[in-house]
Amino acid sequence: MSKYKVNLKINNIPISVDEGTTILDAARELNFKIPTLCHHDDLCVAGNCRVCVVEQKGARLLPASCATPVSEGMEIQTNSLKVRQARKHIVELLLSEHNADCTKCFKSGYCELQDMSNDYRIGDHVFLDLVKEEDKVVDISSPSIEKDDSKCIRCQRCVRTCSSLQYVSALAVTHKGNEMRISTFMDKPMNDVVCTACGQCINRCPTAALTERNYIDEVFDAIYDPSKFVVVQTAPATRVAIGEEFGMEPGSRVTGKMVAALRRLGFDKVLDTDFTADLTIMEEGTELLVRLKDALVEGKEVALPMLTSCSPGWIKFQEHLYPDLLDNLSTCKSPQQMFGPLAKTYYAEKVNKNPADMVVVSIMPCTAKKFEAERPEMRGSGYKDVDYVLTTRELGRMIHQAGIDFEKLEDEKYDSILGESTGAAVIFGSTGGVMEAALRTAYELVTGREVPFTNLNIKPVRGMEGVKEASVKIKDVKPEWSFLEGVELNVAIAHGLANAKILMDKIRAGEANHHFIEIMACPSGCIGGGGQPMPTNMEIRKKRAAGIYEEDEAMTVRKSHENPEVTEIYQSFLHEPLGHKSHDLLHTHYYPRKRH
Amino acid sequence: MEKQIKKVDLIFGKVDHLAILDACFKRTRDEIILDVIDSGLRGRGGAGFPTGLKWKFAKNEEADQKYVICNADEGEPGTFKDREILTQVPEKVLAGMALCGYCIGASEGYIYLRGEYNFLLPPLYKAIDEFHQKLKKMNFDFTIRICSGSGAYVCGEETALMESMEGRRGEPRNKPPFPTSEGFLGKPTSVNNVETLVFALMIGQEGPTKFKEMGTFDSRGSKVFSVSGDTPNPGIYELELGMTLEQFVEEFGDGDTKAVQVGGASGFCVSRKDFKSTLIGFEGIPTGGSMMLFNSSRSMYNILNDYLEFMEEESCGQCTPCRVGCQQLLKGIEAVKKGIKPPSYLEDLQKLSDTMRIASKCGLGQSVPNPFNSIINNFREEIIY
Amino acid sequence: MTKIKELVKEQAEKHGRARTSLMPILQEVVRSENYLSEEAMEAIAEELDLSTADVFGTASFYTFLDTVPRGKYVIRVCKTITCHMKGKDEIIRTISDMLKIKLGETTTDKKFSLLQANCLGWCHKGPVMLINDEVYPEITPEKVTEIVNQYLKKG
Repeated sequence: MSKYKVNLKINNIPISVDEGTTILDAARELNFKIPTLCHHDDLCVAGNCRVCVVEQKGARLLPASCATPVSEGMEIQTNSLKVRQARKHIVELLLSEHNADCTKCFKSGYCELQDMSNDYRIGDHVFLDLVKEEDKVVDISSPSIEKDDSKCIRCQRCVRTCSSLQYVSALAVTHKGNEMRISTFMDKPMNDVVCTACGQCINRCPTAALTERNYIDEVFDAIYDPSKFVVVQTAPATRVAIGEEFGMEPGSRVTGKMVAALRRLGFDKVLDTDFTADLTIMEEGTELLVRLKDALVEGKEVALPMLTSCSPGWIKFQEHLYPDLLDNLSTCKSPQQMFGPLAKTYYAEKVNKNPADMVVVSIMPCTAKKFEAERPEMRGSGYKDVDYVLTTRELGRMIHQAGIDFEKLEDEKYDSILGESTGAAVIFGSTGGVMEAALRTAYELVTGREVPFTNLNIKPVRGMEGVKEASVKIKDVKPEWSFLEGVELNVAIAHGLANAKILMDKIRAGEANHHFIEIMACPSGCIGGGGQPMPTNMEIRKKRAAGIYEEDEAMTVRKSHENPEVTEIYQSFLHEPLGHKSHDLLHTHYYPRKRH
Repeated sequence: MEKQIKKVDLIFGKVDHLAILDACFKRTRDEIILDVIDSGLRGRGGAGFPTGLKWKFAKNEEADQKYVICNADEGEPGTFKDREILTQVPEKVLAGMALCGYCIGASEGYIYLRGEYNFLLPPLYKAIDEFHQKLKKMNFDFTIRICSGSGAYVCGEETALMESMEGRRGEPRNKPPFPTSEGFLGKPTSVNNVETLVFALMIGQEGPTKFKEMGTFDSRGSKVFSVSGDTPNPGIYELELGMTLEQFVEEFGDGDTKAVQVGGASGFCVSRKDFKSTLIGFEGIPTGGSMMLFNSSRSMYNILNDYLEFMEEESCGQCTPCRVGCQQLLKGIEAVKKGIKPPSYLEDLQKLSDTMRIASKCGLGQSVPNPFNSIINNFREEIIY
Repeated sequence: MTKIKELVKEQAEKHGRARTSLMPILQEVVRSENYLSEEAMEAIAEELDLSTADVFGTASFYTFLDTVPRGKYVIRVCKTITCHMKGKDEIIRTISDMLKIKLGETTTDKKFSLLQANCLGWCHKGPVMLINDEVYPEITPEKVTEIVNQYLKKG
């Protein structure tokens, strides 16, 4: 890109910025924060809410600072009387089509419109209430996402998220004029359309138009029901994000505090999804090796590359958009859904509980996991394997409700069993993590040596690039793996479904030479999940990723196959990866769904 | 002595359009663009951007493909002149497009024809076929296609029009970039109104002088007016620019004209007391041609209500000031009429309309305040009581 | 393959499968089917590799691209200002009485739909109406009765 410098003045302060910079970004450089609503760092420019208008000397119109590039000699005022009047009007207009029942609203205190209304001290705004009664009927058809049109301010962040980040476009702008709204195909309920339940729209919704279905009360009911034995599992990515709900820096590692808080909330046992992440590596790694053997030795028609299956939003995406490639998906359930049936079988037996009286709750960075738990095939234990799925945000809310001073909590440890984990499991939380964990184990399994990367850190699979590719040369293998001698193992990683599409199209076209591909539905992987604290942007996600990798390095055991509880469960219960029990409890199958 | 309204026949008069083109093709494109600039021709759709400059900007862009678009999405209430031009002299429009193509370096042209005029498709296709054959003989590579609209006023806005041509919702784009640098399919594009293209052709024939001599300093030449409402002579008239509204009303009024809406739903309402002092043109009140006359039997409340209802429905809905503003203005005057809001609420609404004027994304929202403020200012009592 | 899918496929082949073909294809389907059914929009989305919501979102922007069933003859009476002034309400009442439908409705035999439209561009000859692509300027209740009667006979 050109590096022409453009000189301008913002609020009388001269500044020189690169050509093409928007007025908004130039103002940021001078530490002037211009309010925005439709703008989002992760998304393309829209310029439609108009909250960010500024005054330009000599111009008749107020340009939208998010959508207007700087020009030479420009003189901008970001807070002139003209700007203030216009901005106030715009906020008032948005409020007039917004169901402002703030005291009852789940997003109260987290709502960007509310903040702006506060900032501009908009009291009893003068305009007429335009909220349509029919819009107040909330769409709760999806187990993951609630859609409340009466809260929608038509900023279209969700639409851009769904199309440009996720290539799903379940949500679109429909109709025009006073009828214009954000809707689905033929205004169908969310559960009946191509929505993957990833929840990325929720993360970017400035109001409560899109929120997760919340199950806080149901979980408290279970906790206070003396006949129930309530266990909770926590996903890797939650431990570097939950702190944000209490004003801590993104990426703060608060695993011990989270465990302590969960105990204070009254969960009977606090367990870790990381344990089943390690188990996933054993199952999925073995599955990959079997597929490779079938392909290389037996010459069988095997679906390669094998695709990871930990991300339920990704699974649903593939079922809708690439049903022809379902055989490529690993049959492994996600760590959450491996945990559920093990809790209600293996664990129940160990702690001498009747699984019928058990309630399994999971704390997830994810909204698609709510959908996943409801899938009819997720009943391997004979019961609903996972009863309730809460997002990181909902857990934050529970802790607030219970009056627990999170920051002051002393670190506590997970209960045993199903509480032991490794660094390999923790990194599941970031894009590339499953791949890295799998390589750490598979390479060692095959060669007897650790992966040839300093300190086990497989840097080529890390980072925020949309599609990453790497290859590992396998040499000097153990005799039983001789068929892999000299094989260049090609892997790829994608995060965000629009990036997944790039790889999937390659596979479909027969142009992919990969053996193994990791795909996560959400940008940056689970740390950027649809259930994570808001706001989200690349900077925040990078901090969370850094937290994840620090957590990994701080663990004494960093390879899944070295998790002692994993060794134990194979000895006493599962017997071997891909064995009979595993097949019944830990593996699943997929269904083609309609795209159109 | 004020001059009488002069009727002109540049647009509808029959000419040898091919001979004009042939003569133009023998000159350089810079020469022709200079003539168009010199003539003072400004866009006849309503916005009034200097046509020659637009062509020059598009010409100066480097690109493997450029486009000429003839904007025939005539949707402004009270305007119907483009339909008539396309009916009577389609060959002049096509030749105007080819001339523009020659000047800016485009080999493809599109007519964006509003869906309401679908009945014009068969004759237009016929005219295009004939024209293509003639161009072939002249060895000039230029192809014209038609894109049909489907009932959306906002698509008359040039960037919304291109969005629609690209198969999307007709939502206006952020500007810059302007169409002359990034237009249809991201390529430099000159979007010109039907009438503008014909004038450009005529300037190509006669040079800039004759055109420039007509009209006033800022409003050169003549203009096709669509006259409707309370008038004994509704219809289409090409008139020299520079007349006052008083002269216009004398010619077209029914003797009882109390107000004229100049420029359609996005234009201004002028009341009788201001007829004399109001010039029709860019110095006074510009118009894309729509002139609606109202006599004293008409309720200005109903008229404003109609305009606002039109805008509320035809707003694309993407930007806040326009989408919500239109609804507030419409419901606001209803509330005042019913006594739900006090008359002073009209001032609140007028302030709001000022915000719409400066903060809306495109010309639609920016111009809603025109009818609103002018009708309220002139006919406040009729709105309240 | 259903009739609609065939039609969409044929149109996609005629116009191409780029996004620029969306409008002409939508228009063609409306011309032949009177409206865009769910099935039609699904077929279009599939042919053009778009999401159905995107197709619906685009179609619903345009007044003439109906996504609810319409009759074989769609009557659109202009409602804007001059036509309003010149008596469009009476025209609508006349048609409404003749066809026994209210504005926005379709006759049970699926032959007629009665709608209003924004400015049709015949302000000097109002009131005006469109029946499909056919324009009828300067109508009166008497004239409109005659016109609708002709359509009634048409079958």
